[in-house]
Amino acid sequence: MSETNSYLDMELLRFSTAGSVDDGKSTLIGRLLYDSKSIFEDQYEAIEQSSKKKGEEHVNLALLTDGLRSEREQGITIDVAYRYFATPKRKFIIADTPGHIQYTRNMVTGASTSNLSIILIDARKGISEQTYRHTFIASLLGIPHVVFCINKMDLVDYDEAVFERIKKETEAFASKLDVKDVHFIPISALKGDNVVNRSENMSWYKGSTLLYLLETIHIGSDHNHIDCRFPVQYVVRPQKKEFHDYRGYAGRIAGGVFKPGDKVIALPSGFTSSVKSIDTFDGPVDEAFAPMSVTLTLEDEIDISRGDMIVRENNQPINSQDLDVMICWLNAKPLQVRGKYALKHTSSDARCVIKDVQYKMDINTLHRNEEDREIKMNDIGRISIRTTKPIFFDSYKKNRVTGSLILIDESTNETVGAGMIIG
Amino acid sequence: MKAYNLTHLKELESEAIYVMREVASQFENPVLLFSGGKDSIVCAHIARKAFYPASIPFPLMHVDTGHNFPETIEFRDKFIEKIGANLIVASVQDSIDQGRVTEEKGYNASRNGLQTVTLLDAIEEHKFDAAIGGARRDEEKARAKERFFSHRDEFGQWDPKNQRPELWNIFNGLKNFGENFRVFPISNWTEMDVWQYILAEGIELPPLYFAHKRDIFVRDGVIMSESEFIEQKEEEKTITKVVRFRTIGDMTCTGAVESDADTLEKIIEEVAATRTTERGTRSDDKRSEAAMEDRKKQGYF
Repeated sequence: MSETNSYLDMELLRFSTAGSVDDGKSTLIGRLLYDSKSIFEDQYEAIEQSSKKKGEEHVNLALLTDGLRSEREQGITIDVAYRYFATPKRKFIIADTPGHIQYTRNMVTGASTSNLSIILIDARKGISEQTYRHTFIASLLGIPHVVFCINKMDLVDYDEAVFERIKKETEAFASKLDVKDVHFIPISALKGDNVVNRSENMSWYKGSTLLYLLETIHIGSDHNHIDCRFPVQYVVRPQKKEFHDYRGYAGRIAGGVFKPGDKVIALPSGFTSSVKSIDTFDGPVDEAFAPMSVTLTLEDEIDISRGDMIVRENNQPINSQDLDVMICWLNAKPLQVRGKYALKHTSSDARCVIKDVQYKMDINTLHRNEEDREIKMNDIGRISIRTTKPIFFDSYKKNRVTGSLILIDESTNETVGAGMIIG
Repeated sequence: MKAYNLTHLKELESEAIYVMREVASQFENPVLLFSGGKDSIVCAHIARKAFYPASIPFPLMHVDTGHNFPETIEFRDKFIEKIGANLIVASVQDSIDQGRVTEEKGYNASRNGLQTVTLLDAIEEHKFDAAIGGARRDEEKARAKERFFSHRDEFGQWDPKNQRPELWNIFNGLKNFGENFRVFPISNWTEMDVWQYILAEGIELPPLYFAHKRDIFVRDGVIMSESEFIEQKEEEKTITKVVRFRTIGDMTCTGAVESDADTLEKIIEEVAATRTTERGTRSDDKRSEAAMEDRKKQGYF
């Protein structure tokens, strides 16, 4: 039973990896899965066969991450793929995203739910445009932890000087970006150095292996536990005798800690009340915090519906119809200035008009381009929008849930923009 | 400051509850697909939690191939009665009788592929705009790229290269008339997570999952249950063994494993030590390397 119990105590770490075929990203994931014994025999046999068919010398671990047939044919990843593995300490969800420039949208998608980002740098080549791009996206998406893996150390004779030089250069530009917690690890994904097992070839490296870092990095503070935010998702009204007058507000806590007795205010109505109970199927709880899904009941009968937000009276989100947003464009049809889009923000639906593009970001040089302001697929830029109704938000920096939104093309219903609210 | 941490199972549960509530909010006429297998049982359990103390605000639907294990049907009926849900049965036999599909012939005949037609017909007949299912991304390669909210065109087809990006936990369920969604609340769960959750929550399962004595035969290395639905070849002799099932589908395509795990704890130990994927026991996935991808494009679950 001891193994069972420890499993029940595990935390969940979501991380994303970005890199192109040559970086060895797929090899790294394959290595993590293989060395942590998360690969099943039938999966291994399948890639063993494929490797042989293609005339490759070794079993190509990168094949483990090939998904769709067109990807296998072209040898590239075209979409975010999610992979899972667990060690006795943690369970991991990997958002495996392709790294080429045209797939910025996939990187942004994968990064949006991650606690941590792994950025691969080829030890032979050092920092590349891609490094800038990946680091920028990690900082833009507010990923709390970034791990730079200097890969292919085996091809530079495991030279400490190479690692130190790349580390110094990376630190220099990462310090200009808003990345809070940065780590560097010299690895060889192909040979397995410092991925799961400590390298015998780099005794000069005293830090932890990649897996050890993933297992132990502190993620308890990744959610906002200070500013109470409860977007109402669904109103629970049981048509049952024993719960005749029950009216509960179901949702997932987006920030802060809620307790029974808390004085709260419902937005946009502005009615105040206090929390009567925090209900779950397993019984009421004493407190609820992000990202728990619960049902709140209030002392007073006030009119609240989906899209409303319950917050503390003395700590309210910004309430405005004019928003400044960093937008990542996801669709082949470019962003239309003065165009109208549907907007989704927490559980609230609205429409908006694009008032202005302030600048487009060159994500390879981090230069703000104020001349060319056409936002096309995979572009990132700062825009101003006006919404049809007030939105209750925090800056994305403060809260990734109440600070994010998506834009939808009303003629196709496609999700076309991912927005991080600045203010 | 106090540590506000959820265990991974609680976090996965919270995510799945959130998805269930989004479905109930964003769609007019959702349905939960219920096969009687452990993943759909877990989904139904989570749906109960999501709307408590109200009942599940949508029906459950079983696409019945007519080739089920009798234990599955018995369990299904008891389960539905216990949770007080509404059950719709869509029958593959009806589709065959109506000439909508033609039954496969021969030794490897299976109704698994025919389910797709029955499912799509039922979705159309009942005007369901979202079908919730218990598929997981860890099950199979093509599923690793599946969204929580998976858009299907008016023919029920999945277009893997043209999926809507899904960011944060903002789900876009907008659609045109005639289109619908498949929604997968336990996308991020692994087989191990499902078993641990079943243990932690005390969820009841059909007895097929636990080790029991059964008359079986071996075909292409897979242990199959003897049944009226499968023609055995001359050399495929029936023997009695202690087995259990890791997944439950049709009798014609669900293989068993030799096991003496007759409790949840033993099953979890076995899963932890097992070195093959659970779909390795499914002959429907073995037809080609891209078998699942092809079936999904056509509207399979």
